[in-house]
Amino acid sequence: MRRLALWAIPVAFLGFFFVYPVVTIIGRGLWPGGHLDLSPVADVVTNPSLRSVLWFTVWQAAVSTVLTLLVALPTAFVLARLRFRGRSLVRALMTVPFVLPTVVVASSFRALGFDTSIVAILLAHVFFNVAVVVRTVGGLWSHLDPRQEDAARVLGANRLRVFTSITIPALRPAILAAASIVYLFCFTSFGVILILGGSGRATLETEIFRQATQLNLPTAAALSIAQLLATVAMLVVAGRLQGRRDVAMDLQPAIETARPIRGRGDRALLIGVLGSAAVLLGTPIAVLIVRSFDTGTGFGFGFYRALSSLRADSVLFVPPVEAIGNSLLYATAATVLALLVGGPAAFAVARSRRGGTLDVVLALPLGVSAVMVGFGFLIAFDPPVDLRSSWVLVPIAHALVGIPFVVRIAVPVIRSIDPRLREAAAVLGASPRTIWREVDLPVAARGLMVGAGFAFAISLGEFGATAFIARPDRPTLPVVVFRLLGQPGAQNFGAAMAASTILVVLTVAAMLGIERLRASELGAF
Amino acid sequence: MSFRRMSPRRVLTFVVVVCLTVGALATVVGAREPVTITLITHDSFNVSKSVLRAFTRSTGIKVRVLRAGDAGQVLNQAILTKDHPLADVLYGVDNTYLSRGLNNAIFEPYKAKALDTVPAEYLLDARHRATPIDRSYVCVNDDKRWFADHNLARPTSLGDLTLPEYRGLLVVENPATSSTGLPFLLATIAEFGEAEAGGGGWRDYWSRLRANDVLVVDGWEQAWYEHFTAGAENGDRPLVVSYASSPPATVNKAGTNARAGTLLKSCFEQVEFAGVLRGTEHPSAARDLIDFMLSKRFQEDVPGQMYVFPVRDDVELPAEFARFVEVPSDPLALASDLIDENRDRWIREWTETVLR
Repeated sequence: MRRLALWAIPVAFLGFFFVYPVVTIIGRGLWPGGHLDLSPVADVVTNPSLRSVLWFTVWQAAVSTVLTLLVALPTAFVLARLRFRGRSLVRALMTVPFVLPTVVVASSFRALGFDTSIVAILLAHVFFNVAVVVRTVGGLWSHLDPRQEDAARVLGANRLRVFTSITIPALRPAILAAASIVYLFCFTSFGVILILGGSGRATLETEIFRQATQLNLPTAAALSIAQLLATVAMLVVAGRLQGRRDVAMDLQPAIETARPIRGRGDRALLIGVLGSAAVLLGTPIAVLIVRSFDTGTGFGFGFYRALSSLRADSVLFVPPVEAIGNSLLYATAATVLALLVGGPAAFAVARSRRGGTLDVVLALPLGVSAVMVGFGFLIAFDPPVDLRSSWVLVPIAHALVGIPFVVRIAVPVIRSIDPRLREAAAVLGASPRTIWREVDLPVAARGLMVGAGFAFAISLGEFGATAFIARPDRPTLPVVVFRLLGQPGAQNFGAAMAASTILVVLTVAAMLGIERLRASELGAF
Repeated sequence: MSFRRMSPRRVLTFVVVVCLTVGALATVVGAREPVTITLITHDSFNVSKSVLRAFTRSTGIKVRVLRAGDAGQVLNQAILTKDHPLADVLYGVDNTYLSRGLNNAIFEPYKAKALDTVPAEYLLDARHRATPIDRSYVCVNDDKRWFADHNLARPTSLGDLTLPEYRGLLVVENPATSSTGLPFLLATIAEFGEAEAGGGGWRDYWSRLRANDVLVVDGWEQAWYEHFTAGAENGDRPLVVSYASSPPATVNKAGTNARAGTLLKSCFEQVEFAGVLRGTEHPSAARDLIDFMLSKRFQEDVPGQMYVFPVRDDVELPAEFARFVEVPSDPLALASDLIDENRDRWIREWTETVLR
C-alpha cells in the first residue's frame, strides 16, 4: 500500500503536468484534422541535413559532458576530502553559473575575448554544468568511508589503483547520474548554441524551436519524437551501466571523512584545483560584477540606483525588491514541489525493481524541448481547468526540471543504506514507520537537500518552458535582466549587470542557507 | 445567533433586512464593479502607469497585462489557444505576421472610433479585424563618430554596404531568430527583389554582403551590446541593424549630440496592430481598450514608453524624438500576404546563402 503511494504521487504529477501536455502537442502535430499523418516523421528520418544536425547535437553533448567531468571531479574531490576555511562558500559559488541568464554569460565570454565558435559552446557548457557534477558526486564522496582506501594503501595498492578500484566503483552511481543530467542539458542546450555557437549551427533543439515558432507543428512534433527517442536511449544505456550495483556502504559524517590540509602536496592540490576552477568559473562572473559597478565615470552604485529609478513611471517597471521577492517566491514553491514529488519518487526508484523505468521517465523533462512543453501547456490546460495563464504553472514547470535532480542525487544515497541497520531496528521492535523515520529518512535527507538546492537554483535562473507561456506580470530578476537588455543605452546595460549581480548574491546566500540547514540537521549523524 | 430562539416575525424582519442590504450593496457594487479584461502582448509593451490608470478611471475597466515573449510568440500563443482565448485583446502583431493572424481567424472585426485620424497607408485590413496602433522602422544605424575618426564617408544606401571601403563593418541579426533580423531581410527583398533570369536579386545582394564580411549574430542584444561601436564597450562594428528610434540612446551627457545616426534608405516599415480576440467574454470592454489605444493620450505616450511612433499623424512627438530621430520619408515595405506566403522560404534561402 505504502509502496503504491510512493509511485502514485510522482506518476500522477508527471502524467498530468508533463506527459499529458507533451502528448497533446505532439498529437496536434501528427493528427491534423483528426487523422494520423506520419509523413513528417518519414521526412525527418530521410532528411540528410537533419542527420548531420542530430550528429552534431549528440557529439557536442558527449564532448561537453566528458569535459565537464574532467573539470568537476578533481574539484569534487577537493571539496569533499580536504577541510579548509571557506569550503561551503566555494561550494555555494560553484552554483552561481547555473542561475545566470545565457545572454549575460555570453556577454562576459565575449568581453574575455571569446568569439563565437564550437570552443565557446563547449566552454560555456562546462561553465554551466560543473556544479551539477561537483554537488551530485561530491555529496556522496564526502560521506564515503576513507578507511577502505587507507586499508588498500596499507596493503600495497598505489594511489591510482586505489582510485580506480575503490573510489570510482563507489562513486559510480553518482557519476553516472550526474553525467546523464549534464548530457541532457547539453543535448537540449538552446541559448548557448544560438548565441555562442554563431549563426548557422543547429541542434535538434534549435530546429524544433525554429519549426515551432513558424507554427510548423507536424515537423516540430516529428523532431520532438526523435529527440525523445534519443533521450530515452541515452537514459536506458546510462541506467544499464549504472545497473543495480549500488551497494550498501558505510556512510560517514562528512566532517569525519575530510582531512585537514597536510603538507605541500595537499596545498598544491588545493591551490591547483580551486585555482583552475576559479579561472574557469570565476572570471566570467567577475567580469559581470565589475561591469555592474563600472559606471564609466568611476566605480559606484549608479547602476544599482538606476534599477529602482529607470522608467519608474511605466507599467513595465518593477522595484528590485519586488523582483527579488517574486524570484524567491517562485523558487520556494518550485523547491517544495520538487521535494514533495521527488522525495517519494526517490524511495520508489531506490526500493523497487521497476524503479529504473520511473527514473528514466522522471528525467524526460530534461530531454524534451522547452518550446514544445510550453506549447503543450497552452493547449492541454484549457478550460474548465484553465491553468494556462496562472502563476502556478511557472513553479510547476521549474519543478519538472528540479525533480530529476532530487531523485538522482537521493537514490544512490538511499541505496547505500545498509539493510542490516533496518533489520536491527526491526529486531529491536521498531515499527516500519519508525524505521523509516529513524533510519531511512535521516540518510535520504542528505541527498534530498542537495537536490532541493538545485531545484531552488533552477527556479531562480528561470529557464525553459516558462519562456514560452504567457504569464501575468510577476517579473523575476532574470525577467528584469531581459527587459533591460532589450533596450539600447549604457544605463540599461549597466542596470542589467546590476540585476545579474543581485541574482549572484541571492544564489550564494540561498545555497549557504540550504547548506547550513543540511549541516544542522545531519551534522550529528 | 440562533434562529430557533427568535420569533417567526423577527426572523422574517431579519431576512427582509438582510435581503435589502445585500440587494442595495449589490446594486452599488454592481454599478462600480470594474470589469477586468486581459491584454496579451509582447515583452516590450509598455505604457505609463498614469495613462493606464486614466483609462480605468474613465471606463471602470481594469486591464491585466499578460506578457508572452516576443511578437511572434504572442501571435503563436493566440493561434494555439483560439478555441479558448487566453485574453480579450491582443496587442503587438505587426505587418510581417499580420496575415498569419488574419488567416487563423483570431480577431473579431471592430472599427475603432478614431480611425479617421490614421493615415490610410497603415490600414492594412479592410475588414478592421486589426487596428494599427504604432509604427517603427528597422534600419541600419551607424556610428557617426567612428566614420568621422576614420575619415570615411557614411554609407547611405543598402547598396553601399557591399562596397570594399565598408568591408567588415556591418553586424546584422539572424532573421530566423531575431525580430530585427527578419525585417532587415525583408528590407533587402523589397529593395532588390527576387532573382531574375539575368541574376541579381536579394540573394545575390546577400552573397556580396557575405563576401564583404558581414557578421551575423543571434539577436539584437548581441549586435548592439557586443559589437556596435556606439553601443558596446569594446565594439568592433560601426554599422548595426537596429531601429530609427535607437540614436537617442547614444546621446552624450550634455544632451547635445547623438553618436549614432540612421541610414534612411535602409529602413523597413513595421506597423503594429491590436485586435479584439474572437471568443472574448467582454467584447464591449475590449473595444473600449482598442479605442483607448488610438486615443491621443495613449498615442502621445507611445514614443516615450516603447520607442516607436504613434500611427496617428496629429500627435506631437517628445523633444528627444523630434531632435535625434530621423524618420525615413519613403521606407521600404512589402505586402503582408506576400510576406506570409514566402517567409519560411526566404529564411531558408537566406540561411543557405549567408550561413552555409
